[in-house]
Amino acid sequence: MSLHAALIAPFTEFEFMRRALAAVIALSLGGAPIGVFLMLRRMSLVGDAMAHAILPGAAIGFLLYGLNLLAMILGGLAAGFLVALLAGVVARSTGLKEDASLATFYLASLALGVTIVSVKGTNIDLLHVLFGNILAMDDQALLVVACNATITLLALAVIYRPLVIESVDPLFLRTVSRAGTPAHLAFLALVVINLVSGFQALGTLLSVGLMILPAGIAKFWSRDISGMICVAVGSAMVAGYAGLVLSFQTRIPSGPAIILVAAGLYVASVLFGTVGGVVRQLFPGRHLEA
Amino acid sequence: MTAQLKFRDVTLGYDRHPAVHHLSGDIAAGALLAVVGPNGAGKSTLFRGLVGILRPFAGDISLGGLDIRDIAYLPQAAEIDRSFPITVFDFVGTGLWRATGLFGGIGKAERGRIAAALAAVGLTGFENRSIGTLSGGQMQRLLFARVMLQDARLIVLDEPFNAIDERTSGDLLALVKRWHAEGRTVVAALHDIDLVRAHFPDTLLLAREPVAWGATAQVLTAENLMAARRMCEAFDDTAAACVADPPSRAA
Repeated sequence: MSLHAALIAPFTEFEFMRRALAAVIALSLGGAPIGVFLMLRRMSLVGDAMAHAILPGAAIGFLLYGLNLLAMILGGLAAGFLVALLAGVVARSTGLKEDASLATFYLASLALGVTIVSVKGTNIDLLHVLFGNILAMDDQALLVVACNATITLLALAVIYRPLVIESVDPLFLRTVSRAGTPAHLAFLALVVINLVSGFQALGTLLSVGLMILPAGIAKFWSRDISGMICVAVGSAMVAGYAGLVLSFQTRIPSGPAIILVAAGLYVASVLFGTVGGVVRQLFPGRHLEA
Repeated sequence: MTAQLKFRDVTLGYDRHPAVHHLSGDIAAGALLAVVGPNGAGKSTLFRGLVGILRPFAGDISLGGLDIRDIAYLPQAAEIDRSFPITVFDFVGTGLWRATGLFGGIGKAERGRIAAALAAVGLTGFENRSIGTLSGGQMQRLLFARVMLQDARLIVLDEPFNAIDERTSGDLLALVKRWHAEGRTVVAALHDIDLVRAHFPDTLLLAREPVAWGATAQVLTAENLMAARRMCEAFDDTAAACVADPPSRAA
């Protein structure tokens, strides 16, 4: 098998592979920067929790319209916003920590979602909802993913400055501006939008993977946030492409293949990363003069 | 001089328990005021009320027309995430928020101001270091540089010289005096009584209730300091609701 046949032919020959590649690129552009902020704000697991929280909304969409992507996306968005908002309101008004508040809401939400899907559908439907299928992106789904990526990048540009300051020094932002809370809520909304995008392609369980793993990778290659965002987007795209090729040539399902490649890149970064990588720490070289 | 800040029977606290109880008084525009008192006297609480992040239970704090963006606040224990990947230059630059807001660019003039602020606190050459690499004293210098860039008419410093060596606190004190000379109102919580006597014209001695307020020499007497030391710090969980009438209404 030639290199061309292995790496390029799948995309030139099959339309579903081209669509999958487009979807993965859009997902990377939107999700990876969000993942970097999730990580820097110590909210990595919040993303995971949110991913579970959107399930009942998607399930209700499924219940009403069958396997209709748009319905499931809208339902997922509604559920995600509702849980994020409720958790945020409860945390800010009662002093319960945001993670504890979110944990209760997402667990209830996940249980509700699985119940709804299993009452109405088959096990195959449940598998589709939980793990997604990036090889079955129709026009509508592709458009939704592309729109979400565009919205994410534009909105992130708007809230970038308050979001960064709120992450470093929240008290300072509170004393100079009232932009902190709106920026935080807008950020949570962007998390939900990107999870719903990923949900199409990778399923509820893995959709957060293309956000968090690239962010983890980026941390080992760059010391400043813009550098991290670039590395995260790049590594997400590489993982997406390589995952698709891997899944095409083997029997590994596409979603897990993408995340496994990203995990491989992560391990390599932990070992060989230039910023705090293990090898660098074991062999730091002689100490400097000053 | 005209009063910039007016406290009218202000009570501030947490969970209905007062930490600052029935405080009334004025701070003149351009004043250099030290707030002195034992731990738990309510100094930080008073400042949180002053900068608007804590709402008074009762009474009223008048800022004399100052917007919150005219106030620069340096908290005692800043909630700064020092592992966040941001450079010294960018961090100090956030002090320009009032001028730049969400989208304003950082042009040549702003870069000059940032460089000047870093030079004023002795951090020239640190521009590209990330904030996580700074020592405690350097961090405090950095925060002073940001306060400087905020170009605020009211500057509130909560125990700015704690755990800071003599040379650094000397440098930073010179900055405080420069702000005073520029006509800004500066309020600082301090523990070093000698430093207050030497450099601060006015003092508020606080022990949950104001013990004395006025010219430093008259406030920091042995008697007053003893009185402040006797303050009871603990919340009384069974305390009854306070019914003390504000003095203005009682009169």
